[in-house]
Amino acid sequence: MESKFKINAAGTWHETADLAWRMNEYDEYAVEQAVQLKEQVAGADLTVLCIGPERVKETMKKALAMGCDRGFHVADDAAQTKDPLQIAAIIAEYAKGQNFTMIFTGMQSQDRGSAQVGVLVAEMLALPSITTLVGFSYTDGTITAKRELEGGVKGLLTVKAPALCTCQLGLNTPRYPTLPNIMKAKKKELLSVPIQDLLKENARQETARMFFPEKKGGGLVLEGDVADLADRLIRILKEKTTVLA
Amino acid sequence: MKTILVAEYRNGKTLAGHGELSAFAALVGAESAMFLVGNKNDLPAYEGTIYLADVDHFGEFNPDVHKQLLLEVIAGEQPDLVVFSHSSYGWDLAPRIALALQAAQVSEVVAVQGDSLVIPFCNGKLRRAVRSLSGTTVVTLQAGAFTALETPAASPTVVEITTDVSGKITFNGYEAAEQGGVDLSKSQIIVSAGRGIGKPEAMAMIADLAGALGGDFGASRPVVDAGWAEHNRQVGTTGQTVAPKLYVACGISGAIQHLAGMKKAEFVVAVNTDKDAPIGELADVLVVADLKQFVPILTEKLRAL
Ligand SMILES: Cc1cc2nc3c(=O)[nH]c(=O)nc-3n(C[C@H](O)[C@H](O)[C@H](O)COP(=O)(O)OP(=O)(O)OC[C@H]3O[C@@H](n4cnc5c(N)ncnc54)[C@H](O)[C@@H]3O)c2cc1C
Ligand SMILES: Nc1ncnc2c1ncn2[C@@H]1O[C@H](COP(=O)(O)O)[C@@H](O)[C@H]1O
Repeated sequence: MESKFKINAAGTWHETADLAWRMNEYDEYAVEQAVQLKEQVAGADLTVLCIGPERVKETMKKALAMGCDRGFHVADDAAQTKDPLQIAAIIAEYAKGQNFTMIFTGMQSQDRGSAQVGVLVAEMLALPSITTLVGFSYTDGTITAKRELEGGVKGLLTVKAPALCTCQLGLNTPRYPTLPNIMKAKKKELLSVPIQDLLKENARQETARMFFPEKKGGGLVLEGDVADLADRLIRILKEKTTVLA
Repeated sequence: MKTILVAEYRNGKTLAGHGELSAFAALVGAESAMFLVGNKNDLPAYEGTIYLADVDHFGEFNPDVHKQLLLEVIAGEQPDLVVFSHSSYGWDLAPRIALALQAAQVSEVVAVQGDSLVIPFCNGKLRRAVRSLSGTTVVTLQAGAFTALETPAASPTVVEITTDVSGKITFNGYEAAEQGGVDLSKSQIIVSAGRGIGKPEAMAMIADLAGALGGDFGASRPVVDAGWAEHNRQVGTTGQTVAPKLYVACGISGAIQHLAGMKKAEFVVAVNTDKDAPIGELADVLVVADLKQFVPILTEKLRAL
């Protein structure tokens, strides 16, 4: 999600009109890794799940076009304001009893950014979970994983499936859906259920206010014609730094 | 108010981040105790009780086991807050603890406002003040948001802890970061490319500007992940930490993980089409322009000097 944000009148959230929506970047890596695994394991079946308003179906169609077999949509116009534990509980409620061998999530969402949902789902289902995945292979039910640590160091792990992994940027190269696959995706099952069917948890936290970060001040903002901007910047660099000396 | 601070140990060393946890506890006026799976010969400088589990026995990374050790400490101490760093260790362990306690977890806290915790939202473009509705609250702190206090030589009281739980995940050691190539940490002038450059061919334009300034070029992570620049050019928490005299960020939004790698730069220029990009919070000069037009002209004018 990019674009310009406007805070709503109550000061508790942002307006949702005039925004551009897209798949969470971290989830693109999750979808790609799941599709690669499906291609590797004969007879694998892959479901993509998303909780959100009607518009998230577009994102789900992209996942179907990338290679997921079916979609499960949990319809909720207020999904963004659910807390991570509620989102995780909905996913776990759907997944329990379905015996998924692998669950992939993003390491974090780009909006909420809590980096919690994946691990919470795994804990709710009593599955082992590996976070911040940057390397993955699967052989005979054993997962060999690399998780990313600070400074580019990686931790090397093994675990037996069933398990959950939260995917980090750079894990793989997410594919672009081809036109034939986009057409095929239109025929795939995309089931939608209302959130009431699956939500059984209360929120553990609430948003008191939403606001823009304070500008630290001091920074100069230059706007205008590019040639003129270049001259002004050079003048500033001469005055304020020694790099052009 | 009572807190448990979760310190970290990696590659045979206690990590420095615990100072920020103590600073947070002091800020909210809380009494604290510390938890560490570590080594008694390398204790954090901390005035208080450290619940210490022996890393030789329990391992540096073993989430199921560390979770159990920490839960037992929490059961004894009954804290209001359990405080982690928002780090690879913290974001992995914190949700496990939060769920076991049925508690709220507030991730990547950057400030405290009254009874609310302030966290980033939408890639750092917005802030959200969040109130916990649960008795105990689990928090993770953004690196650098709370400045570590100077600790005079401290003498912690150590309470050794243990468990007989075993974990499902096997930890097989570390793989070192990619080495070699350019060492940007010594560069005086760096021009970095972000996703805003749009296509791999545009790297040349960034390298040209770096050349005209007599410096090196760097990149943000998406540029490296896409294979448009080599990993040793990446600036940020999972790349290099740089401290040049001049840092020019072209088409870089200013995510915290990028800023962490370049905030020590003396003078920062950002070139971005978005006047509200978070990089503007740190930049000395924000040039609001399309880099595809601006960068070549700037390069040309610099060469003519
Ligand atoms: C655990 C972890 C570790 C990470 N480590 C790192 C790290 O070490 N280094 C790192 O960089 N990131 C790291 N990241 C990723 C980080 O969170 C951001 O996703 C990343 O820094 C964004 O890169 P960007 O600014 O190039 O791209 P974006 O955020 O996509 O920003 C692109 C910018 O370009 C601008 N733009 C677009 N077109 C133009 C144009 N024509 N002219 C001028 N401006 C334009 C846009 O306005 C926008 O501000 C890490 C993330 C995680 C979770
Ligand atoms: N509304 C949602 N629907 C489906 N999956 C979600 C939703 N919100 C979060 N997730 C998953 O949980 C991951 C981590 O999200 P978060 O804990 O919000 O940072 C995301 O990358 C997604 O894979």
